[in-house]
Amino acid sequence: MPISLTLFSLAALPFAAALLIAACADRGKALHAMVAAGASALGLALLLSVAGEVLAGVNVAVSAAWVPAIGLDFSLMIDPLGLMFAGLILGIGLLIMIFAHFYLAKGEATGRFFASLMLFQGSMLGIVLSGNILLLLVFWELTSLSSFLLIGFWRDKAEARQGARMALAITGGGGLVLIAGMLMLGIVAGSFDLMTILASAEVVQASPLYPVILVLILIGCFTKSAQFPFHFWLPHAMAAPTPVSAYLHSATMVKAGVFLLARLWPVLAGTDLYTILVAGTGMVTMLLGAWVALFRHDLKAILAYSTISQLGLLVMLLGFSLEAAAIAAVLHILNHAAFKAALFMTAGIVDHETGTRDIRHLGGLAKVMPITAIIGTLAALAMAGIPPLGGFISKEMMLYESLNVSLFGLPWLVPVVATVAATLSVGYSLRFAAHLFFGRPRDPVPHGKAHDPGAGMWAAPAVLVVIAVLLGLMPMLLAGTLVSAVAGAVIGGPAPELGLSLWHGVNLALGMSALAILVGALLLWRHARVLRWSESMRHADAKALFERAMAVTDEAVRKLVVAVHRPSLQRMVFAVLVVVVALVVEGASTAGGGGFTGPRELLPASPVAILAWLLLVAATIAVVSEERQRFRVLVYISVIGLIIALAFVHFSAPDLALTQISVEVVTILLLLLALNLLPKQPKLLSSPSRRLRDGALATVGGLVFGGAAWAMLTRNPNDPISAFHLANSYSGGGGTNVVNVTLVDFRAFDTLGEIIVLGIAGLVIYALLDTTSRGAAGARLRTWQEDMPHSPESHPVMFVMSTRILLPMVLVAGIFIFLRGHNEPGGGFIAGLVVAIAFLLQYLASGFDWTDARRKVGEHVLIGFGVLVAVLTGLGSLAFGANFLSTAFDHFTLPLVGEFELATALLFDLGVFSVVLGAVMLALAQLSHIAQRAARAHAAHEAEMRAEMRRETGAELRPLLPAERPEEPSR
Amino acid sequence: MSLEFLVASGIGVLVAGGIYLALRGRTFQVVLGLTLFSYAVNLFLFASGRLVVDRPPIWSKAVNEYTDPLPQALVLTAIVITFGMTALAVILMLRSFLETGSDQVDGDSTEEHEDERS
Repeated sequence: MPISLTLFSLAALPFAAALLIAACADRGKALHAMVAAGASALGLALLLSVAGEVLAGVNVAVSAAWVPAIGLDFSLMIDPLGLMFAGLILGIGLLIMIFAHFYLAKGEATGRFFASLMLFQGSMLGIVLSGNILLLLVFWELTSLSSFLLIGFWRDKAEARQGARMALAITGGGGLVLIAGMLMLGIVAGSFDLMTILASAEVVQASPLYPVILVLILIGCFTKSAQFPFHFWLPHAMAAPTPVSAYLHSATMVKAGVFLLARLWPVLAGTDLYTILVAGTGMVTMLLGAWVALFRHDLKAILAYSTISQLGLLVMLLGFSLEAAAIAAVLHILNHAAFKAALFMTAGIVDHETGTRDIRHLGGLAKVMPITAIIGTLAALAMAGIPPLGGFISKEMMLYESLNVSLFGLPWLVPVVATVAATLSVGYSLRFAAHLFFGRPRDPVPHGKAHDPGAGMWAAPAVLVVIAVLLGLMPMLLAGTLVSAVAGAVIGGPAPELGLSLWHGVNLALGMSALAILVGALLLWRHARVLRWSESMRHADAKALFERAMAVTDEAVRKLVVAVHRPSLQRMVFAVLVVVVALVVEGASTAGGGGFTGPRELLPASPVAILAWLLLVAATIAVVSEERQRFRVLVYISVIGLIIALAFVHFSAPDLALTQISVEVVTILLLLLALNLLPKQPKLLSSPSRRLRDGALATVGGLVFGGAAWAMLTRNPNDPISAFHLANSYSGGGGTNVVNVTLVDFRAFDTLGEIIVLGIAGLVIYALLDTTSRGAAGARLRTWQEDMPHSPESHPVMFVMSTRILLPMVLVAGIFIFLRGHNEPGGGFIAGLVVAIAFLLQYLASGFDWTDARRKVGEHVLIGFGVLVAVLTGLGSLAFGANFLSTAFDHFTLPLVGEFELATALLFDLGVFSVVLGAVMLALAQLSHIAQRAARAHAAHEAEMRAEMRRETGAELRPLLPAERPEEPSR
Repeated sequence: MSLEFLVASGIGVLVAGGIYLALRGRTFQVVLGLTLFSYAVNLFLFASGRLVVDRPPIWSKAVNEYTDPLPQALVLTAIVITFGMTALAVILMLRSFLETGSDQVDGDSTEEHEDERS
């Protein structure tokens, strides 16, 4: 397989597996675990197939442009550092999947669990394989999200939800900060390509922005890797199932911050600021985590704080900015991944078998679960750094390097802190093993039922412990090449020579190590006393602080939102209109191009035109002033609509006139139907001063827009693109009605968008109306009384008969308008409206039920059909090698009919027709009967209730009174 | 008096009416204001093709002068979309009235302001 394909498959594999698992989420957990483990194993095999080349120094990179405009490429690369992390992610991932299969109970949502786990694996792999820092950020955010899902896996537990939310707030928030830092880094370095950035250390460190970049990126790393003061989310993330803790919170996700530090080492490290910030934070975290770990009682909490401490150690080592320290860090990453994942799984096994994780109730388990005891004890000894285990070597190296660093001008500070932290870590490690497996059982209940689990469950930690042991016994053979190559990648230079071994001769580091082990053992011996002393001190509760900070932020945001965003439409509309008017005024005052009135020759107005204008003005004034007479207002509104239609006729726009008139009819029908349910003569609301203010704004707005129209109308147009439409309408589009050809041909893409919007509007209206019969709205509708005088005859014969005779004629007219649209005024829009009016008349005259029963095609079908036809017509042109929505036409002759023309645009127009018809019918027909429908639903419900009660009591009951009569709408 | 003046002043009157009504306190008036405003906007767009009498954009070999067809095509779809928008606004107004029993949009009554913290 070519190496580029390997890389892409490596990155894609976990996501594909996640999809597959999610797709068969209802199948058994064996299948889920098999897919997850299989994908991990396959990924590991792919990785190993390129490992040789990578370690030999071949830089493997592939790249595909994604969003080139912002420098975002989908580029992957793999170097020794990425290789090691990818190996950890996939290798430990494989073991975790196997462990999880045996750990999770049968009824759990294993599909969701394994899918999230694979999603996480893919995101993590993405981070370590990214060759572009923007891409890296994408995967970084994905790990925060997927870990949120995993920590909160047991949704019904409050602590899981809180832990997940806290982890997301901290790591996600840190991710946002990181984005800012990375963007600045990329801008300073001039590229978002990782390799380019790594090579531009001088530019970056000389930039005045360097401190800002550094701090921002460090915040991202420190939040992810649980460094002080962001460490507190990690213990709360322990609410996750143990396999998740073992995977995310020991071996992978929390190491992402360490990885990024190592990744950006060449470009960021080496300055005093870097050393102080990174090594200082690492030291504090290391000390704090180790101290707290000594006094926790929950097994997973002990491990969580020890992880914080060990991560602090890694961060501190990287902060030293020394080559040898980088080697120590790399080796310790390997060690820590091995023993910490094993320890978490041990804790999981103990929890699984005894039912408790409280170390105060456990003890002496070595007798009943010897295999687990061996695994757990060895792993704990590795964590304590006891020779001959792997942890010893990296700890020795750490202690040795600490002697070479002087922080804040104090040469003794780092070695002392390192020794104290090492002492504490010996203490908590030994306590973990000793109090868990040895001594006498403290509580007979969990001890009594405990036994070793099946091999499936202990196999995974056993493998890891063997590795942890071998890393101590034969470090050079097992990891020499890898560590040297990775260290080379971290420092951005050639792979350093190194000699890893248990025995370094007698030196100061050995003395410190021995002291640490001695005092650590002492701590275990006197643990009870130290614990009492620790508990007597006051502790800051990070969770409470976090919650309080969240509450304060929440309140502040709430106040801000309420202050700027009052739930008043009037205020917002007023603000918007003021801005719009001001913008127009500002634009007009700065625009050049001569005075207010342009040079265009004006058309004289006929008396009829002046009369129409007077009517328009009078109707508008009437609409505004008669606000309590709502029915009358509708009449005025239709006068305005008609005058505008007349204006269209007069100004050479027959298509617009037809459209305007038909839209006017349906709009008025719509408003009438709505008004039926609304208050007819509401009280006035606004105060006189409010009216004066609005009136002033309205006057200014009217003057501004009228003035703009005047300025435009008195100028001659610039040479518009319209000439093209006129010239090509017949020869290119096959139609003489240029407006219609523009709609269905030149600008058909626009039209396609418009009919889709119209269809969506229709469907939204349906959705809003269909659910009206429920809830408060339904209750109000059921008690709604007709407040209008009714004609004694609901369906007058004259009206019914005349509309029925009219229907076929209007339909013929509709077809006629539709067909001639390409050459004469008409077309799909107008025909759709006309036909809709014809049908609506039937609803009006004969009632909803009569008409609806005779309806053959549903409105939804019409909308869907219309959009489909339009899209397919457009796609059809692709088959002939033309662009989307190109049209074709030809002339045919038939006997009697003579020559006629067929254009594919007609099909498109059919789609338009269908959508318009469907949307209009959906809106009006649905609206016309919501009251009846609610009443009907109520009646059905009551009948059902009565039948039920009859069944229960066996007696006839008087009709039920409406259960609750909501307040009559008073206004 | 010129036709241009009639159209421009008509647009101004409609805009003024639309603004005033859109700022009123009840949903029905807001919808009416929206309608007036839409009339004005459509008319304004249409007028950007300038006013031409008796030159419909129906192509024919014998005719050389036409009005601008492009604003007409744009306004035609705009009229239909306006209907869709008005219909949606009307239904929203109706639904909110049915749900809450109030047709006011001033929203200054903060009593019902819910505190979601638990």
